[in-house]
Amino acid sequence: MATGSQDSPRHEKFVTGIVGVGLSDVERTVPADEAPPLAPNAQLSQIGKPTPRWNGRAKVTGAVRFTADIALPGMLHGRFLRSPLPHARIRAVDTSAAERHPGVRAVLVLLGPNGAGGATSVSAEEDVEATRRNEQPIALYAGAAVAAVAAISEQAADEAVRLIKVQYEPLPFVVDMDDARAAGAPVVYETLDVQPGFGASGLVSPGLTLKGNVRGPAGDARGDVAAGLVAAEVVVEGEYRTQVQTHCCLEPHGIVADWRADGLTVHISTQFTAGVRAELARAFGLPLGRVRVIAEAIGGGFGSKSQLGYYGHAAVALSRKAQAPVRLVLERHEEQVDSGYRPATWQRLRIGAARDGTLAAMSLLSYGTAGTAIGAGVGNIAQRMYTCANFDESHYDVFINAGPGCAMRGPGNVPGAFALEQAIDELAEKLGIDPVALRDRIDASPVRREERRIGAERMGWSTRHPAGAETGTIKTGLGMAQSLWGANVQVNSACEVRVLRDGSVEVRSSVQDIGTGTGTIIAQVVAEEFGLRAEDIVIRIGDTDFPAGAPSSGSRTAASMTPPARNAAYQVCRQLFALVAPALGTTADDLQARDGRIVSRRDPARAMTFHDAAASMRTGQIAVVASRGEDYAGFRGRRGDMGFALNDLGGVQFAAVSVDTETGLVRVKRVVAVHDCGRPINPAQIESQVQGGILQGLGYALLEERVFDRQTGLIVNADLEQYKLPGALEVPAIEVHLIENYQGFSATDVYGIAEPSNIATAPAIANAIYNALGLRLRTLPMNRAAILTALAAGKN
Amino acid sequence: MRFSVGVHGLRARMSRRSFLKGTSAATAGLAALETALTPAGAAAADDPQVFGPEPVSITLRVNGAARTVAVEPCATLAEVLRGPLNLTGTKIACNRGSCSACTVLLDGVPVASCSMLALDVGERAITTIEGLANGDVLHPVQAAFIEHDALQCGFCTPGMVLSSAALLERNPQPTAEDVKAAISGHVCRCGTYPHVVDAVLAAAQARRG
Repeated sequence: MATGSQDSPRHEKFVTGIVGVGLSDVERTVPADEAPPLAPNAQLSQIGKPTPRWNGRAKVTGAVRFTADIALPGMLHGRFLRSPLPHARIRAVDTSAAERHPGVRAVLVLLGPNGAGGATSVSAEEDVEATRRNEQPIALYAGAAVAAVAAISEQAADEAVRLIKVQYEPLPFVVDMDDARAAGAPVVYETLDVQPGFGASGLVSPGLTLKGNVRGPAGDARGDVAAGLVAAEVVVEGEYRTQVQTHCCLEPHGIVADWRADGLTVHISTQFTAGVRAELARAFGLPLGRVRVIAEAIGGGFGSKSQLGYYGHAAVALSRKAQAPVRLVLERHEEQVDSGYRPATWQRLRIGAARDGTLAAMSLLSYGTAGTAIGAGVGNIAQRMYTCANFDESHYDVFINAGPGCAMRGPGNVPGAFALEQAIDELAEKLGIDPVALRDRIDASPVRREERRIGAERMGWSTRHPAGAETGTIKTGLGMAQSLWGANVQVNSACEVRVLRDGSVEVRSSVQDIGTGTGTIIAQVVAEEFGLRAEDIVIRIGDTDFPAGAPSSGSRTAASMTPPARNAAYQVCRQLFALVAPALGTTADDLQARDGRIVSRRDPARAMTFHDAAASMRTGQIAVVASRGEDYAGFRGRRGDMGFALNDLGGVQFAAVSVDTETGLVRVKRVVAVHDCGRPINPAQIESQVQGGILQGLGYALLEERVFDRQTGLIVNADLEQYKLPGALEVPAIEVHLIENYQGFSATDVYGIAEPSNIATAPAIANAIYNALGLRLRTLPMNRAAILTALAAGKN
Repeated sequence: MRFSVGVHGLRARMSRRSFLKGTSAATAGLAALETALTPAGAAAADDPQVFGPEPVSITLRVNGAARTVAVEPCATLAEVLRGPLNLTGTKIACNRGSCSACTVLLDGVPVASCSMLALDVGERAITTIEGLANGDVLHPVQAAFIEHDALQCGFCTPGMVLSSAALLERNPQPTAEDVKAAISGHVCRCGTYPHVVDAVLAAAQARRG
């Protein structure tokens, strides 16, 4: 049975507020078929507990299957030929020798005069694009896919790729954002009709002008910034640079495509099975019902696996051509050159304030580069974190001959926070106000106020010395910074809950678990409703044969999936109660499910086991599909199926560092992270995610950087040894504190945590380094060379 | 530095080139290899042979069983485990020994199976993640990883678990710093290291009972 009810909505009282600060009742209107308000976590048995991960056993025994682990009968292996040049017109592609290789079953030219171009596409729009690319085929970056082959083994595919002959006409190139902005720089795009890739920050403005390599500006403004700056008693201004950070998912991007006469099945490492299914149906002219997408396990995504991608298109086209399944898994080098990254940015931020700290005006100018893609903005953190009536912002995309960037955990706001939170720190210093106290004046969020209070206490903030006050070789410092992210929701996200006659409970949805523990929290929510244990719930997810679930991006999965899971379970329960009420001599309304039994509220002696209740079912199962509706209090905005909840997600992080002034080595000794995500469902999994966000932020702050050789246009560290990631030895002591913040917005009141946890780390570390040295580092990464250079310069 | 013990082990043994050309260098590894290769017709140590490109039949001791497979001389241990032996719990993430996702144990010692030729294994007993549990009873490290949520996406997990299990064999009472050192060659992009340290310390305690 589907959701939707003839009954009218109910008015319900919700307990709202921050646990430990103050709770009060709020009335909300709840759709008739949704579950009643859920009690605070302290009163629940499954929700709020550190339940072991639903697929933990499969993961620790190696039983779980990632995409590269899938082997189908007769499966071929796909491989790309990639451009060795950063910018080249492709004069000819000769695949004849490759096609004669005895192991080869299909060859596709993706970029060439005789090529298929967009051979994988059928829409009119994409045909135009394909035609254009075939008329003027140009490799826009080193590593751009030129051709693809499918062969009987990886080795045969490698051999065949080497047999393809390409005539390249080298073109002038530019791989540095500053160089690309200069007059006379080689131009990446002659015209603007091509915008490949996708928005790297999710904030893409259409219809902007292109001058040279610079596209824009897009922007945002309110009030009168000029007047605000004139009126300001104190002004701080700084230029900040952030580098490219690559996702480095441990599992490379990969797909197994199986094209058959009766339909297409793909296994793919994806953050959005339902989205990939829709892309495939559109690109290959198939009805949705003929496309099945499966993702049993996903080895990290962090924003880079949200779309089908060129590799997915190519693998399906190869499978169609070869009439056999094709597995195509990228190698690490390909991961680093052509599977997305967090764009680099340059920002100039100016903030004016009154003596008491009240913000008078804020002005932000930024340039970002996502290579050949657009959307390299710096997010909306400066717009929205602090109360400031006068604000303006303009941002530009700069094209360079590098692969397309894409969303990466906290896109836009991660580089944005690096500038904003240092500028606020600088302002506090100039005003002679403690940075925590200044934020208490200019940040209206009651949640972050409480987070600052807890964090400051745990970190021992009151012991913080003045900047640069220590005299030894190794100097210590404390810093803090704040995070801001939207509480996002994918409406219409669906899942099915079914009870089988033997008492089994199954949950089915296409939603995928990319390591965030989505399956676990769904099991907890459903178990709570049935009075069972989370481990009793069978989780079947990551398959579009089930109701279409949410993407694992934008920190929206938990907020999107747990309400329909609970509501579906609630409706199944109501049907079960109606079924057994006569036998228990009571009414359905009098029954509740708890501790594995169905019990009368009035007379607890009237009870039967859940198992016996299921056995009395007339049919083999009771099944209900429920989908995510709007938040009970509405959204502040909506874009397609994505709703933006009224609240923000935040989080405040405090960092303690030591800086060796002889070697430049920064060690992060300790991080205190205080975060909120509405109602926390599984504190262990949340802690894992917050730790991960902090460590990715630590890598961004101190270690990670993609390095181009300007002379050759090649990336010199496209691997995992010269691209420096944090390892176990770089891990600080991390303390995670969670705020329970109830708002009565949905059946579970759950919001996300992944991105908020990644945003404040780098600026918190930067502010701690400032506190240690009295020197402000405005360029990432703050590695040894940067520290030593700053010390040698001896000034801000 | 992010090299696992395995890479050093491989270096100490012999290079791929020297092996493929054949050599009379009498290392322990070569002796073991020749024992393994004898059924396929390898000659004595003082009579250099060229192997390949045809597959060579070798017998590997994997998770307590002898498995005979035909492997190309250039095939890495990781490729042979994941391919013909269908032990896909061993992961390939960088394929050059810099992330340790492919870690397996050889006679209890962690090695990067992506950077070792299958022909180089010889008589040594291979333990992959599929062979760590005792039937349905998980190894204490595996149980502790679940209990302490010491995994997120799970892709680095098999290697991380095996290195941790090997640590407890050689050091039953490790400190947190010992654990960090033991897993320092493993890249976990989800950043689960703190929970891994918690889990391994708990597993050590559980083993001591």
